[in-house]
Amino acid sequence: MEKFNPKLHLPILVFGLAAPFVVPGLTIQVAVLWVMVLFALTWDVMGGQMGYNSLGNIFFFGAGMYICAIVQIAFITDVGAYTASNGGVRITFTHQEYFMGLICGIIAAAIGSALIAAALGWTVFGLRGPYFAIGTLGIALAAGELMGTWEWVGGGGGISMPVYPGSADGKAYLFYFLCFAAAVGTYLFCSWLYSTRFGLAINAIRDDEQKAEAMGVHTLRYKTIAWAVSAFFLGISGALFGNITGFIEPLEVAFPTVTFGIFMVAMSLLGGKGTLWGPVLGAFLFHFLKEFTWTYFLGWQWVALGVLIIVNVVFFQQGIMGWLMEKFPEKFGIVVEKKEAAE
Amino acid sequence: MWDNIAILTAAPVFNIQLLLDGLFIGATFALAAYGLALVWGVMNVKNLAQGDFVMMGGYIAWWLGTQGIHPLWGLPASIVIMFAFGWAVYVLMIRRVIDKDMFTSLLATFGLAIVLAQALNLMFGPEVQTAESDFPIRSYFDNAVTIADIKLVAFGLCGLLALAVVLFMKNSRMGQAIRATAQDARAARVMGIDTDRVYAFTYALNAAICGAAGALISMIWVIQPFYGISHSIRSFVIVTAAGFGNLPGVIMAGLGLGVMEQYGGFVLGAEYQQATVVALLLGVLVWRQIEMRRHRQVVQ
Repeated sequence: MEKFNPKLHLPILVFGLAAPFVVPGLTIQVAVLWVMVLFALTWDVMGGQMGYNSLGNIFFFGAGMYICAIVQIAFITDVGAYTASNGGVRITFTHQEYFMGLICGIIAAAIGSALIAAALGWTVFGLRGPYFAIGTLGIALAAGELMGTWEWVGGGGGISMPVYPGSADGKAYLFYFLCFAAAVGTYLFCSWLYSTRFGLAINAIRDDEQKAEAMGVHTLRYKTIAWAVSAFFLGISGALFGNITGFIEPLEVAFPTVTFGIFMVAMSLLGGKGTLWGPVLGAFLFHFLKEFTWTYFLGWQWVALGVLIIVNVVFFQQGIMGWLMEKFPEKFGIVVEKKEAAE
Repeated sequence: MWDNIAILTAAPVFNIQLLLDGLFIGATFALAAYGLALVWGVMNVKNLAQGDFVMMGGYIAWWLGTQGIHPLWGLPASIVIMFAFGWAVYVLMIRRVIDKDMFTSLLATFGLAIVLAQALNLMFGPEVQTAESDFPIRSYFDNAVTIADIKLVAFGLCGLLALAVVLFMKNSRMGQAIRATAQDARAARVMGIDTDRVYAFTYALNAAICGAAGALISMIWVIQPFYGISHSIRSFVIVTAAGFGNLPGVIMAGLGLGVMEQYGGFVLGAEYQQATVVALLLGVLVWRQIEMRRHRQVVQ
């Protein structure tokens, strides 16, 4: 596990803790930044460290969002009746009801998503290479379409989330710090995970799955656990994001396959996949670029993002961290033998 | 749902309507999927921008229609324009991803798909469009089955195009070079085939085929900038089910997909039509996996 490094970790911690008070107008944008960091880190567990490039990890984001919403609503009233009224019934939650619902919702979202991942692992991990990417993309797309036809959870019309029982500022601060904590938690967990035997096993799967299996690594078990880890944290992020937006709907908010679902891949690649800091760096850069293009190139922002993905993938595949490692290997503790380098 | 099945059994003539609609639309799916099978088999590029090429072809025909030119002229126009466009895309990006790992081409073409869908959206707006071909609509079986003449024309054109591509691949020098490169690129290079040119031609040919399919779809169905992704998924379903280099399989799977989609939309309700496509993709992948598992057991 990475040791605490004041030069590296302290500025980020200070930024994370101080941001909502220094720039109160941007609290939600910075909260989304932490969600993005979480996205990139969880994608990299699979895509970078294990070599299984999923295009459908966003599925667990949506699953967590729906599970949390259902638990929160079920805490006080009948879900079917609540969604049928389409936000017409405004139930005022007391503080206790709301927070109990929220806490249980987040826990249920995390565990529920992980369980779904474990169940899906059986089918999905027989697929290799491009089939895996397309299969997972199919799962995310199908989930969005099917949720849109399930009336009990609001169908295509979506669900209005329970209203926060305090002030708007209080809500922003609460969810900001929850997002920050989730991102930091994910980072710490990944950092610990990669330092264990588990990290070595999934790296072995990335390098050569057949050989890993021949050496006695239970590849299916490791792959399923890695996916469940991704799903666990994505479920939490979905639960938080649903409450931040206050309204969830299957295609645009819960299962945004071509937006967030692709952003998480793009961020990991931009920062450098297969490294711990790459996804974090990529998320920061990407989020900044995204907000910049949204503000100054409105209308063309998607074209700009698509071009960024193409340029990134085609010309700069190793990402920023990969490029730095190539350029300054000694800074990363990689010893290059003179003889080898000369060849 | 059961009511709809009851309708189908009570009035069998509805089946004919669904079947024919499915076959007409399935023929265009098969055409686009054949293009994918071509680039996948020859270049090992999984082109996720396939559906967006289809939409581009559709918009070319539709735009000509709005300019007072009959959209059937859009068919040759989109073939030519998309061929040039495909060549340009190859030179600019595909050339650089061709020898990278498989995920690279998938993601790069996904980026291309986003760019194309958004560019179409900015140029033509997000409305659902149909190119008006002004052909009469005829009724058969005592007015129980209605078929627009344009669907028959499009079906015939699909067949002609497929035949042309097959003959081209069989007989022309370029077709032979493409097949040789697909079999063994290195050997082909040793024999003096300029594989880079072959790849460029293959990709451009794929774009032209997609453009033709799109022009036909714009006349017999609907186009919209963001429908590209479902057309890409359809192509992947067909190619995964049929395997590449298997033209009869691609045609059968394409027609079958068209029919199944129509039935799925009718029996389950129109909102399930998209879901049917994706569910079929997952079904095909699971089925393939079961087959692979059996294969592995046999090998063991």
